[in-house]
Amino acid sequence: MLSRRSLLAAALVLGVTPALAQSDAAAPAAKLPVVASFSILGDFVKNVGGDRIAMTTIVGPNSDTHVYQPTPNDAKKLAAAKVVFVNGLGFEGWMDRLVKASGTKATVVVATTGIKPRERTADEPQDDDEKPKGKKEAHAHGAIDPHAWQSVANAKVYVANIRDGLIAADPAGKDVYTANAAAYLAKLDALQADVLKAVAAIPDDHRRIITSHDAFGYFGDAYGLKLLAPEGVSTESEASAKDVGRIIRQIKAQKVPAVFLENVSDPRLMDRIAKESSAKVGGTLYSDALSDDKGPATTYIDMVQSNLRALSAALSS
Amino acid sequence: MNAYDLLVGPFAEFEFMRRALVGVFALAIGAGPVGAFLMLRRMSLTGDAMAHAILPGAALGFLVSGLNLYAMTLGGIAAGLLVAVGAGVIARATELKEDASLAAFYLISLALGVMIVSLKGSNVDLLHVLFGTVLGLDDPTLILVAGIATLTLVTLAIIWRSLVLECVDPAFLASVSRAGGPSHIAFLALVVLNLVGGFHALGTLLSVGLMMLPAATARFWVRDLTPLVALATCIAFASGVVGLLVSYHFGAPSGPAIILVAGTAYAVSVLVGPAGGIVSGRVRRRHLEA
Repeated sequence: MLSRRSLLAAALVLGVTPALAQSDAAAPAAKLPVVASFSILGDFVKNVGGDRIAMTTIVGPNSDTHVYQPTPNDAKKLAAAKVVFVNGLGFEGWMDRLVKASGTKATVVVATTGIKPRERTADEPQDDDEKPKGKKEAHAHGAIDPHAWQSVANAKVYVANIRDGLIAADPAGKDVYTANAAAYLAKLDALQADVLKAVAAIPDDHRRIITSHDAFGYFGDAYGLKLLAPEGVSTESEASAKDVGRIIRQIKAQKVPAVFLENVSDPRLMDRIAKESSAKVGGTLYSDALSDDKGPATTYIDMVQSNLRALSAALSS
Repeated sequence: MNAYDLLVGPFAEFEFMRRALVGVFALAIGAGPVGAFLMLRRMSLTGDAMAHAILPGAALGFLVSGLNLYAMTLGGIAAGLLVAVGAGVIARATELKEDASLAAFYLISLALGVMIVSLKGSNVDLLHVLFGTVLGLDDPTLILVAGIATLTLVTLAIIWRSLVLECVDPAFLASVSRAGGPSHIAFLALVVLNLVGGFHALGTLLSVGLMMLPAATARFWVRDLTPLVALATCIAFASGVVGLLVSYHFGAPSGPAIILVAGTAYAVSVLVGPAGGIVSGRVRRRHLEA
């Protein structure tokens, strides 16, 4: 009876007075309410938080976070949360306003803290046959690339930030979070080894990823693959004929064997590029969101491995 | 860079450029005449309203079967016709004028579209519905756009006389023939069809641009109907070609580039167009004073 009453009290107090809630959250049954902005980040949080947290994500599987439109429901989720995890680096541009509008007292943890942001700059060799002409163009392409999770090394930074964020909000769970994070980091280390092995098996001159939007920059940097995309780093920008022409030329010149579709983009443009350059469509890469339950990428680790399988199968030949 | 590289090279080298060229050609053939008639009937903004009205149908098609050309096309046509006919019926049955009922219908329709797309939770390709991909035209899309252009020409050939008469003197047409109503409906259907064809290439918002801007531009150069229709079509096609080349050489996104080229042609025509442009008006007045 007593425990039920205290539980009820905890549920009532939660979200209203964070200071009080903090002591109540220590009670074993009261889960820490947390929100993650999108599915991949949510998977990290779930792995670190385990049973101690009640996690919700705002942007679900197979959905495009760049252009998401928040609903009042999302604001409600935020208002009820104690910790909000975001990717940062401009990935969820709508998030800051949503956090403010929801009036939440939750701590916002930026999961990419400590990761060196990657800029798509002009001196980056985007194309071999044509040098960038000047500052103007550099500015046009010089956006910060938010897709940091594509490198497993960065994923480990995410996990560490999430662990610290959870401990700060729920000190009583420190041991659990530390143990969960350590176990998950070990899995990520194994994943890292898998990726390195698989990439090493791809012939040097085939190490090129061509996808519809520029989501694999960190992946490419970390594992030595070059990447090309007709759209910019965000799905919001529209492809120009120049970019599409340049990519087709480059695929032909360098005999890149395959191009890839993404789970969050219109496949028609990539189909056209594939047909015209006589490269084949090497399957779907998961870039900005996990797949739903039926898909092959329900967790981050599955996602990286699914991408890896697609890349190896298409590029190794 | 010589003229060949500038004008022909991109189309000779890349098939996607040739496809985009065919696409804008087909769009111009359909949208040019329809835009000219819309303008003459003082319905220039109707095109814009209809473009918004198409969204929920396309969204519903997307919801049911994903990025399926036919489902989205059918949905768009159905929603567009519903709004066009619904607004027309309400205008005739009640005291509300047609423009007001059309505004009401398209706003409801637009909000419905945004809601349907958002409810699905997935925002994948919403922007491609809004902005289109003229560079990614596949065979079915091209056939659809070309089919719509053909249908537009045939239908216009049939209803041409009554349509022209209704532009000039609707009361006279009503007194001698009952073709006015059906031809008006057929014309509205053509507007919807051409917008739906346009949204695959340019998106719902910009496809109106290829319809209205060339017609408004052509009006500054000729006054007679037949040359107006022909010139509007030519300007639409030329805007498409120049827009694609601009997109190719300067790396600008193709859809907006095409419409902005048409917009530039319009701005120039406003200034120097011989049939009612600013400069020609001034020159003539001075001539009369002297």
